[in-house]
Amino acid sequence: MSVLIDESTKILIQGFTGKMGTFHAEEMIKYGSKVVGGVTPGKGGSKHLNLPVFNTVKEAVETTGASASILFVPPAFAADSAMEAADAGIKTCVAIVDGIPSHDMIRIKRYMRRYSRVQKMTLVGPNCAGVISPGKAMLGIMPGHIYKEGKVGIIGRSGTLGYEAAQQMKNLGIGISTSVGIGGDPINGSSFKDILEKFEEDKETDAVLMIGEIGGPQEVAAGKFAKENMKKPVIAYIAGLTAPKGRVMGHAGAIVSAYGESAVEKVELLKECGVTISKNPSVMGETVKSVLIKK
Amino acid sequence: MDIHEYQAKKILAGFGVAVPRGGIVYSPENAENKARELGGSKWVVKAQIHSGARGKAGGIIVCKTELEVAQATDKLLGKKLVTNQTGPEGKIVNRVYIEEATDIKKELYLGLVFDRSSESIMVVASTEGGMSVEEISKQKPETIIRSKIEVAVGMQQFQAREIAFGLGIEPKLISRMAEAITGCYRAFSELDATMVEVNPLVISNQEQILALDCKMSFDNNALFRRNQISELRDKTQENASEVYASDRGLNYVSLDGNIGNIINGAGLAMASMDMIKLAGGEPANFLDVGGGATPEKIVKAFKLISMDKKVKVILVNIFAGINRCDWVAEGIVQALQKIEIKVPLVIRLAGTNVEKGNQILKESKINYIEANTLEDAANKAVKALGK
Repeated sequence: MSVLIDESTKILIQGFTGKMGTFHAEEMIKYGSKVVGGVTPGKGGSKHLNLPVFNTVKEAVETTGASASILFVPPAFAADSAMEAADAGIKTCVAIVDGIPSHDMIRIKRYMRRYSRVQKMTLVGPNCAGVISPGKAMLGIMPGHIYKEGKVGIIGRSGTLGYEAAQQMKNLGIGISTSVGIGGDPINGSSFKDILEKFEEDKETDAVLMIGEIGGPQEVAAGKFAKENMKKPVIAYIAGLTAPKGRVMGHAGAIVSAYGESAVEKVELLKECGVTISKNPSVMGETVKSVLIKK
Repeated sequence: MDIHEYQAKKILAGFGVAVPRGGIVYSPENAENKARELGGSKWVVKAQIHSGARGKAGGIIVCKTELEVAQATDKLLGKKLVTNQTGPEGKIVNRVYIEEATDIKKELYLGLVFDRSSESIMVVASTEGGMSVEEISKQKPETIIRSKIEVAVGMQQFQAREIAFGLGIEPKLISRMAEAITGCYRAFSELDATMVEVNPLVISNQEQILALDCKMSFDNNALFRRNQISELRDKTQENASEVYASDRGLNYVSLDGNIGNIINGAGLAMASMDMIKLAGGEPANFLDVGGGATPEKIVKAFKLISMDKKVKVILVNIFAGINRCDWVAEGIVQALQKIEIKVPLVIRLAGTNVEKGNQILKESKINYIEANTLEDAANKAVKALGK
């Protein structure tokens, strides 16, 4: 098992025929993901990478039975594409794109409130590397080969820091059930807590590593959720010890503006919730290992 | 992106929020004329910099004659003002705002921000205007009113009224106060703002409700559809290196240490800086060249770091995914052929084709220290400082 995607998940590429869409669709197919087609408005009816192209997501879902999609559309159009996916019945949608206005993200989330919990799409990102269930499927832009198949879930904001963790774990022989990049924006589709919930329910995930950073309330909210609702151990690393207050550190959401948002404060609050802290980014793998041994 | 007080006030006025009459000037002569044009017998000369707390730093001067207005303007123009928000280097005054003085009866605080927990717009108000919101929440937390506004339907009249009543406004002024609050909300939501702060919002002796000072920030990601806002950018108020970086598509924040960083990805950059700190060093900057770490970006990054005189060691940490290490290594070699680096250089590559990448670096004869892990890189960078 895994969360969000596996080897049977049928995937659509939104913004299929563009340069980015084409390149990453090929990478995903090479990895073994079941890409069944794509959407580029105005190019419906044609073929791309030997797969059908559709004008609308609805038409693509009806024809192919796809349940997941990935967006390779410019930031100005991303909100529209995400809502189109939600409306067409897509269950998991990944937005890689960096630069979606915060007001647009709020708009998407309000739009999705019309769906019941069962019907509702899980939006992952934006500004993220995507989702990978090693050995099964990749719905993202990460280098698939650094992820070993296994039983630890990863949730992270940053792409390359997530790669760092996956590689440290692989070097120690630790595998991953699914790795989910939730992205670095202040308002994102899924929070740490949203994904923790899925990992807690997943029978083949034994522990979860959260890779957080300064800014926002999400890491601590996830810690509280873990304390109250989870049986599986949670490990966390929080980046940004040296970040000055009030400055945006690359990710639009990485800014300390209130109490509880600095790295030191988040670490303290997470410890109180019983989360095991990785003291520094070079021991994320070892910390996961020590928790797995104790278990 | 931040804008100046006078620009923010002009925006607010467009949304029906009353502001004192005033005008922007660039010279003492200009200022004197402006004071005459405004009329009256009392003016406030306000330095325009991207910072609050200007009053304490001497950036706001009350004048009683046109001559005093000219003198105050002369004193402020070209001056660097240091406030508790600018850092020790301060910010330069290139524009001065001349405003008619207001007889203040009551000072209030009104602020609007994104609330990341509820993902809605939060209005914060207090009867204790004139103090910073941090001070209010420390000294008079009981005066703070918070109201979450559902963005899908916008601010309702009753919500604005509730805030106004909460501020203890006289009944006859309630509807005007509610209008001012609604105007601020509309400016926030219709212009992709991330912060609107009116401090103080005042009731004058003439019972006018006026925005006496205003700060606004906007979502950089939304500037593509807000031309009238992006035109208001004043680069003289930003750190010169950060402007240089942002104009070249790099994410850069200047810091106080002496170890320069070139890293791909914001999270990995913060993590590398954490490692430097734990190894006993201090980072000179945050610099994210983007996950892809293209050769062009790497050249630009080296150029930027080489301009920073505090930097005594450079640490490059690239985790290559689909952009393979060999490609990244070639980018680094190209960059070092174009830019002379006089300080020790520590390079750590990881990810796809790492052996090939390290091979290319070794064969290129560039002078550098190879590191294998995050920890190794930070330790070697700190050690190289001593040399």
